[in-house]
Amino acid sequence: MSKIKIKDFNLFYDNFQGLKNINMNIEENKITAFIGPSGCGKSSLLKSINRMNDLVDSCVTNGNIYFDDKDIMKTDVTQLRKEIGMVFQNPNPFPMSIYNNIAYGPRTHGIKSKEELDKIVESSLRKAALYDEVKDSIHKSALKLSGGQQQRLCIARALAIEPEVLLLDEPTSALDPISTLKIEELLQSLKDDYTIVIVTHNMQQALRISDNTGFFLNGELIEFNETDKLFTFPENEKTENYITGRFG
Amino acid sequence: MDKIMKKLIYLVASLTFASLLGIVAYIVIKGLPNLSLDLFRFNYTTENMSLVPAMITTIIITIIALIISIPIGILTAIYLVEYANKNIIMKFISIAIDTLSGIPSIIYGLFGMIFFVTYLNLGFSILAGSFTLSIMVLPLIITTTRESLLTVSDSLRQGSLALGATKVRTIFKVVLPCALPGIFSGIILSIGRIFGESAALIYTAGTVAQIPENLFSSGRTLSVHMFALSTEGLHTDKAYGTAFVLMIIILLINFLSNQVIKKISKEK
Repeated sequence: MSKIKIKDFNLFYDNFQGLKNINMNIEENKITAFIGPSGCGKSSLLKSINRMNDLVDSCVTNGNIYFDDKDIMKTDVTQLRKEIGMVFQNPNPFPMSIYNNIAYGPRTHGIKSKEELDKIVESSLRKAALYDEVKDSIHKSALKLSGGQQQRLCIARALAIEPEVLLLDEPTSALDPISTLKIEELLQSLKDDYTIVIVTHNMQQALRISDNTGFFLNGELIEFNETDKLFTFPENEKTENYITGRFG
Repeated sequence: MDKIMKKLIYLVASLTFASLLGIVAYIVIKGLPNLSLDLFRFNYTTENMSLVPAMITTIIITIIALIISIPIGILTAIYLVEYANKNIIMKFISIAIDTLSGIPSIIYGLFGMIFFVTYLNLGFSILAGSFTLSIMVLPLIITTTRESLLTVSDSLRQGSLALGATKVRTIFKVVLPCALPGIFSGIILSIGRIFGESAALIYTAGTVAQIPENLFSSGRTLSVHMFALSTEGLHTDKAYGTAFVLMIIILLINFLSNQVIKKISKEK
């Protein structure tokens, strides 16, 4: 079943067209990877899904994105971002304690009771496979964590508001291989409960963890298929050139 | 060539240090012997130039001026950094701030006298003085707050917005706390300027040396007190004593506020 439907979607930064007529369906409880060289529009599309592009003044879009068959442009943006969580390229924990980082989202959406928050913090940290590492320092600053832990904290923070979809924008590009591996394992375990969309520069990563992969080039979606098929029998010559490392 | 340059730099650096040391030593040598318990008596008479009334006035004026300028200054900076587009209004406000911060304080004094003292009919009063000083330190607070807001990484703003937080919540819960040490040091600088100000106050708060009865009475701050004592020429020794006390207070404020800033930064 498709969780997100993208229909005839175009995106412009001033006079530059960043995305050209994108059509794709993102399936529920699957990991969908967006790959492609820098500037191909994959991150722009990701940021359109939770309307983070609204913040860019020069960005104009047309076409539609439907989340659960609701047009995202007609949904309240706060509610939309509660249901579609996002993790960024560089870990961006707030300069506060681990506990407050995770409680920030639930508090934003009106949860005040301490017991409830305690529960959410613990379960989010468990889901993000971070609980055992930080359970004794939960009231210490999040900035003291390592980069990989910070990124898992950001995932925990996104999970704390119980989203249905998790968008990840190159979440491991700033991390070492071991932290990367941990996050990949984490994503695998999360896909039973969440629909995951991940932008990645790393083709091996897409191959390792994703169910479906979309290949973007110069703002166009060149090919979108099951990951195994796309990587073994690419239908488009450009896809083949890219995945075999001839450019990009 | 390199060696000469190095020596020159050392020389210039030690000159800076020496001048500070010189001033401090001068005030200590001239001021310390003139300190007496009488200087700290509660009321001021023609025989006893107590500085307590001036100290109380200084504190009152500082507090009122800051109560006015801190919220206005911080909100203006928030507007400039978080909301304003780079349009003509923004440019206009920026020019206004830069110009305001370059104006000599005596001009503020004249403005305060014409506007607050005369036009609003506040008379020479604590209020007129505080209002004038609040305008004077406003650019300082705006600039330091703006600078520290600009240093807050955009990724934190995005992180907050992506969790569904509104812009206002993002600013007050994430951005402002991050910028707090910078904002705080702007406030300290402002306190320093208010403590050190005399010209703008002589024209607006007057020079009455007693403890002010209410906000509409005239009163002199420590700096004005010092200025008055030394220009009157009769009690120059007491002026040095006052200078010594003023210097100690300012050093104390600097020290304490540095501790507070350190503590705020550490808690993160």
